[in-house]
Amino acid sequence: MCCLTSPKITSDVDSVRSEVRDNSITLIDVRREDDYKKEHIPNSINLPLAKLLADDSPENVQKLIQSLGIGDETRVVIYDDTFGALSSRVAWTMEYLGHSDVSLLETTFSNWKTLGLETDTTIPNIQNKIHSVKLQPEILATSDYLESAKSRDDVLLIDNRERLNYLEQHIPGAISLPYRTLASNDKILRPKEDMKRLLDNRGISGNSEIITYCGSVGTLSGLAYYALKSAGLPNAKLYVRSFKEWKNLQKPTAKQEDANYWDLSAE
Amino acid sequence: MTFSELTVSNLKQSPPESLKGKIDWSRMDEAENFAKTVKLYRQGKYDDDSFRRFRLQHGAYGTRMTSDYAMVRIKVPAGEIYPYQLEKISQLSEQFSIGSAHFSTRENIQLHWVILEDVSEIFRGLAEVGLTSREACGNSVRNVMCSPLSGVCDKEEFDATPYALATAKFFLRNPMAQSLPRKFKFNFTCCEEHGMVRMVDVGLIPQIRTIDGTEQRGFKIFLGGGLGNRSFVGHQLEDFTPEEDLLYTSIAVMRIFDRMGDRKNLARNRMRYLVNDMGWENFKNLVMKERAIVRATQSVVTQLDIDKSPNEIKRPIRISDEGGTSTPDGYARWLKTNTIIQKQSEYRSVFITLEAGDITSNQLKSLANIIQSFSSEGKARNGFVQNIAIRYVHEDDLPALYSELLKVGLAKTGSLTMTSPIGCSGTTSCNLALTNSHRLAKEIQRKFLELKLDEDDDLRDSSIKISGCPNSCGQHGIATIGFFGGGARIGKDMYANYQMLLGGRSDGDTRLGDTCLRVPAKRVIPVILKIIEVFKENKKENDTLKTWIHRVVNNSDDSKIQSIKDIQKLLEPVIVPPTKDDDPDFYLDYGSDSSYHTKTGRGECAA
Repeated sequence: MCCLTSPKITSDVDSVRSEVRDNSITLIDVRREDDYKKEHIPNSINLPLAKLLADDSPENVQKLIQSLGIGDETRVVIYDDTFGALSSRVAWTMEYLGHSDVSLLETTFSNWKTLGLETDTTIPNIQNKIHSVKLQPEILATSDYLESAKSRDDVLLIDNRERLNYLEQHIPGAISLPYRTLASNDKILRPKEDMKRLLDNRGISGNSEIITYCGSVGTLSGLAYYALKSAGLPNAKLYVRSFKEWKNLQKPTAKQEDANYWDLSAE
Repeated sequence: MTFSELTVSNLKQSPPESLKGKIDWSRMDEAENFAKTVKLYRQGKYDDDSFRRFRLQHGAYGTRMTSDYAMVRIKVPAGEIYPYQLEKISQLSEQFSIGSAHFSTRENIQLHWVILEDVSEIFRGLAEVGLTSREACGNSVRNVMCSPLSGVCDKEEFDATPYALATAKFFLRNPMAQSLPRKFKFNFTCCEEHGMVRMVDVGLIPQIRTIDGTEQRGFKIFLGGGLGNRSFVGHQLEDFTPEEDLLYTSIAVMRIFDRMGDRKNLARNRMRYLVNDMGWENFKNLVMKERAIVRATQSVVTQLDIDKSPNEIKRPIRISDEGGTSTPDGYARWLKTNTIIQKQSEYRSVFITLEAGDITSNQLKSLANIIQSFSSEGKARNGFVQNIAIRYVHEDDLPALYSELLKVGLAKTGSLTMTSPIGCSGTTSCNLALTNSHRLAKEIQRKFLELKLDEDDDLRDSSIKISGCPNSCGQHGIATIGFFGGGARIGKDMYANYQMLLGGRSDGDTRLGDTCLRVPAKRVIPVILKIIEVFKENKKENDTLKTWIHRVVNNSDDSKIQSIKDIQKLLEPVIVPPTKDDDPDFYLDYGSDSSYHTKTGRGECAA
């Protein structure tokens, strides 16, 4: 895959506004249906993350996005109100299905409103489209895959949960990169150079295969998946079932011993 | 058309700006240099000792039982902190720390459990808002403190803040302060009562003297005090040190320390040991001579760069409500236990109660907004006791401020009373700690607030301070009731155990507490309550716990409690250890569900 032809990771606010205006993209709002009905970016359609997660088998996802009027060639931009993590999970799922032209709105819905930009309550009409399935297994890590891959020198495993959760329990060998680290002041992802420097300091660079995971459904780690791509690291995989599955399978975990770090937290 | 043709940059309205600090303490190139050095260290191109010195010089301290993490200690000179800086620290704590930050006893703000490779990113963020952690650790001039009440205290002769800031500015990155025998600390204060001037290398109280009919500013300077494994009370250098001699005196003292301080024995190399070994009179004479030399050998007259321009005091909000709505519940209690009347009429300073100095990133962000909306000086002050003060709050705005603090969980009462104990970080992050002193401080606070002890005027001026080891970061030596942690054993079973000291204080009558007895961690709360009970039975009219304990430790009380031994006897029944079968919880330290054992790593500096 050549990086020159791969689509952009995030879409900036101004181009999204003009592209929605001239109907050249489909904008997906992945917040809950109630929130969407109350207010959304004009012309956006609703795909609540929970609806997708209820059954994220390729067949069901195919049905879902066909019903949203998304065809193979549709250019898709996704937004949420959860630091880009929910939209990342939806974007990754579409990418896994074989839909390559998908990107994330560079900011959240709240920030969109803070900027004083347009919102609407009208729900657009949708016509079904046909979407094919061309699975991209190279962006998915299963627990079995992870277990065998993580001992390889050229594989990095990244935990995107908050630091305290990581200290308490994590997959052995994982490095901690909390999802908050990935954002800048009002963007869901840092600028490219900034991201590269941050990752480079942590030894996350070069051609290593990088697997991301988080607590349960691959949202925070989905955001990290796109953060890595935004920094020009193409070889990323999402362990989509994440730590919840790992623990359920009773696979080994590690923790930071001999320190009462939780008591330092003000929560 | 639902979209306007305007682009974001046309639409964006800018929010009200935070007041900006006058001094930029940062240097962006230090962030790059730090990142580079960490890489070289990981590649084995630096040995452990040189790297540690470098890391400490930049304000990154080691973390308990691991070399993967650091604590970044952000210096806040004179404690002056601005809303935009708190906002940045909030963001950094979310990104690189544990989602909380920690206010220290020396007006620093600390971020714990930071991955060493991320430290440089924190430096970048700090540099964006003019802050630094440079020389917050290591053998350098540490954060220069100033009383949070300087400028508003009705007992002060003048505001020492500009002098504290100028001193910090002069010594930061100054070649003469890069490799001292050990750390070196300055504390400025407002008055005798609110200070900590005798418990530090150099302590300064502002003083005005009239000479030939003209008023002259100067300081009472105290040297050679300090808390640690062995603590000493500082000595006053001379009656009055005029302000033009402030810098010469500071330089002279540091030169003597640099030349004569013990560079070999890590446990005895603070200046207080030098003063103690040499004897005060000898040390004083040396300082006087050295000062004369410093003064005479300056090629140009060197003076501190004192910015005496007054703060702009502008009330940022007006209460729209003209009464009618009731004040929120708990307001009177909060007003009584968390605020101080300023010398400026109609204004109060409001102290925020934190639990052992901890604050969440969300609270920090809210606090930044609150300071901007309520402080007429547009900034805040870190305090001496793991807290923060919002000053210049107009009397009329206090109920509204209280409501705002309530919304974000920052309206807890008792910040100026005994119910806000100090607890060093203990086993939550420190290599030297033997006990979870941090959690113990929180437990005491929760219990005592529940018992409403903050409302008891008899307890108001007392203090509880807890360290997790003998090294005094929790300042146990100057507490009315102080504790430092250790371990005890019955057969093969260990439990966390604290040495208790009584009668310490840091005001004009500064003295170190006297040891009373060892108290198991899980008996600390009952023991303090028992002391309060004994005090209530034996107090005289107008006694506070502090004055009563002061008499007892000086053997000058005439009630049936005449000495610390008498208190000890009454407490002994409370501390008898139960068997493990009867009370397994006794053998667990606070915050831990596995059996207690002492485990320490290497210390790097005791703060």
